[in-house]
Amino acid sequence: MSLQLDALRKTKPSEYALRFFIGGCVTVATGLIAMKWGPVVGGLFLAFPAIFPASATLVEKHEGKSGGQGRSEKRTRGRRAAGLDATGASIGSIGLLIFALVVWRLLPSSGNTAVLIIATLVWLVISVLFWYVRRRLPRFFFARLLKRRTRTTEYSRSSHH
Amino acid sequence: MTTILFRFLIGGLVVSAFAVISDILKPKSFAGLFGAAPSIALATIGLTASANGTHYAALEARSMIAGAVGFFVFVMCVTRILLRHKIEAGPATLYSLPFWFVVSFAIRYVCFS
Repeated sequence: MSLQLDALRKTKPSEYALRFFIGGCVTVATGLIAMKWGPVVGGLFLAFPAIFPASATLVEKHEGKSGGQGRSEKRTRGRRAAGLDATGASIGSIGLLIFALVVWRLLPSSGNTAVLIIATLVWLVISVLFWYVRRRLPRFFFARLLKRRTRTTEYSRSSHH
Repeated sequence: MTTILFRFLIGGLVVSAFAVISDILKPKSFAGLFGAAPSIALATIGLTASANGTHYAALEARSMIAGAVGFFVFVMCVTRILLRHKIEAGPATLYSLPFWFVVSFAIRYVCFS
């Protein structure tokens, strides 16, 4: 895990403005939907993938520019980076579900700000934890599989002798 | 009108802040976690709770659970399209968006009606 501050310079002011605009519009729209159709329908849009399409497109564009030889290779590289970004978002969405659960259960009995801070921390911890487990899990399984295969090979070799 | 403008500013700021965090983090799979940050919820729930009460905001949060499941299905579709097919990110997210609507509203009607 590392920080890549030069990525900030790669993003154009218009791209920052677009994200601000989309974020603002979806927040306003969520409020208006809740006013018109009630909190049950409005609440669905609190987890609307508002900024994800713009972010994935930007990731694809920036990563495609930063490496690869031909046009096709650059495209594949960009698409792969956007795919990895989406994989991360799928893990983050599990945290998002827990965030909603915490707010739903705690908000009526506790203070506004405290609940939002706790829920955000829970989202962060759960997301990072799941990301870490997912990263480690394949290695753990592959290591066991490899061990089992080696054992089987050794056994078949010894039985042949 | 002032409330709408205030919501717009808060929403824009929170979403942009999470987007910037996502930009500067590496690897990309880790940065992607912030693509599913509760940015809209953070911008909305506080304002809703102070305007309509905490019970109203809690109802919204309950529905958000269905939205989060929809979000999960949506990003799984995007991942599959991007990694298996030669389709770019823009169209991939656009084609997957109906899945968010179908899953979220189906859960809402089955569980919260």
